Amino acid sequence: MNAITPPHLKWSADESHTAVPYSVFNDQEVYDLEQARIYNGPTWNFLASEAELPEKGSFKSTYIGDTPVVVTRGQDDEIYAWVNRCAHRGAEICRERHGKSEDGAYTCVYHQWAFDAKGDLRGVPFQRGLGGKGGMPKDFDKKQHSLRKVRVVNYHGAVFGTFSDDTPDIEEYMGDDVSHHMRRILNKPVEILGTTRQYIKGNWKFYSENTKDPYHASLLHLFHATFGLYRSSQKGESISNNDYHSVLWASGGTEDETALDDMKKDKLRTLQTGEYELQDMSLLAGQQEFEDGVTLVILSLFPSLVVQQIQNTLAFRQILPKGKDEFELVWTYFGYKDDTEELRNIRLKQFNLIGPAGLISMEDGESTELCQNAIIRDGEFTNVIRMAGDEAKGDDHLVTEGLIRGLWKGYREIMDF
Amino acid sequence: MANNTLTLELKNEVEDLLNAYVQCIDDDDLERWPDFFTDECLYQVIPRENHEMGLPTAVMWCDSRGMLEDRITALRHANVYQVQWYRHIISNPVIKTDDGDTFQVQSNYAVFKTCNDGDSTVYNVGRYVDEIVRDKGVLKFKKRSAIYDTHRITTLMVIPI
Repeated sequence: MNAITPPHLKWSADESHTAVPYSVFNDQEVYDLEQARIYNGPTWNFLASEAELPEKGSFKSTYIGDTPVVVTRGQDDEIYAWVNRCAHRGAEICRERHGKSEDGAYTCVYHQWAFDAKGDLRGVPFQRGLGGKGGMPKDFDKKQHSLRKVRVVNYHGAVFGTFSDDTPDIEEYMGDDVSHHMRRILNKPVEILGTTRQYIKGNWKFYSENTKDPYHASLLHLFHATFGLYRSSQKGESISNNDYHSVLWASGGTEDETALDDMKKDKLRTLQTGEYELQDMSLLAGQQEFEDGVTLVILSLFPSLVVQQIQNTLAFRQILPKGKDEFELVWTYFGYKDDTEELRNIRLKQFNLIGPAGLISMEDGESTELCQNAIIRDGEFTNVIRMAGDEAKGDDHLVTEGLIRGLWKGYREIMDF
Repeated sequence: MANNTLTLELKNEVEDLLNAYVQCIDDDDLERWPDFFTDECLYQVIPRENHEMGLPTAVMWCDSRGMLEDRITALRHANVYQVQWYRHIISNPVIKTDDGDTFQVQSNYAVFKTCNDGDSTVYNVGRYVDEIVRDKGVLKFKKRSAIYDTHRITTLMVIPI
């Protein structure tokens, strides 16, 4: 790659990754280079859960970075993806969010060029003219006019796409711990329970930082503390894989009613914040569904995916940049096909905790905007990322910003900054 | 469609409830908000795309009066968000009843949101689908679904719709 670093981007050559210049969050040139080097570069981008493409002919519209992409299930049952832009004159082909193409064709409405699920051109109206007039030249070859194709991999039911031939094998890309936690959550067929969308006026990397930041969890998100549900004995770990992927996990939460009752009693005895209590404790009465007792996993796969387990809530969060200071966060909530009705109802109730109106997650959109609002000028100024030292690495605890340093280490490598 | 049971008096009573509900929220009188529901109730704010696909996920989903109260306690004392006000505009209520004690009601709503910067934006647009019952003589919501078209929620949602 012929590295071009924007001249106004002043980033210390120091490799400790503890000080990031604010201009990376608010610079159109940096944003455009990210689309080229990250999203069009050697990265795997989340496209869909396989369960969103249940039948031959199923499709879903999404994005890689800000490039519109359609992911399809072909008549051969394989999953394909292509850029949603007609090979003819550049029109958007698929205009629905999701659906099923009964005949397996994707036809541009402008001049009705028709493509198949793989993105290959199948039909061109008036190719041989009408009544001897017009038509395409004899050397016109449909094979040369496929849609721009995306290389796809289906990893235990999570579908990823990449534009680059250099992107490594998906497990190698994720690393051992991240792929382990991916398989842990995707250990059996999932059932999609719904989607919500949150539009946040901040740079997408502020959100990436947030998902690698256990430091803020009990300080910004006050829901548990306010209701005296703070779990000081919670144990956990922060793990970094290949620098910019990470897993945060914690256990020792609210597995059952007995534990909840204990916490309520504890609160009455010891907590200063005891003036509030939940009127309906059923919100937090979950089931222990994983043998390891882990109740919180935030898996962050650079650049576009967060997979989460918070108690009995499971969700993909897809990060879609929409410009240097805006992104969309698409939440896809799921359970498992073999859920009991009781467990399904627990999940639906606990979805109150997460998403755009999540009692313990709504503030993440807010914090992202707080940062974006304040870094409009002084792009050469930097933040300070030094909790638990200066190294870009995980730790056996959650009082660290080591994973954020990992993010920036990986970012500088892939961006060649 | 003749509906002899729905007298003008009953229609006014239902519309008073719809109006009082949004007035309560817009006036930031949220501690009174749970009073509009029966003790056993279902309140949900659900994106239209999920509703139409038969998918149950809602952004707010409360199936007891206690959960409604907890939402407000969290809003007042736990959640972090910028100062904001709602202004609900409701219209076109269609009211059906067989007995004058239970009502199926659908109405449209638009919520404008204004923050400290003074900009008012169309924040959330959709429809209410309600089941209203007479509880100790007073009309209350047994079920209230806010099914929203504006499926891209800006920043966050903390105040109920």
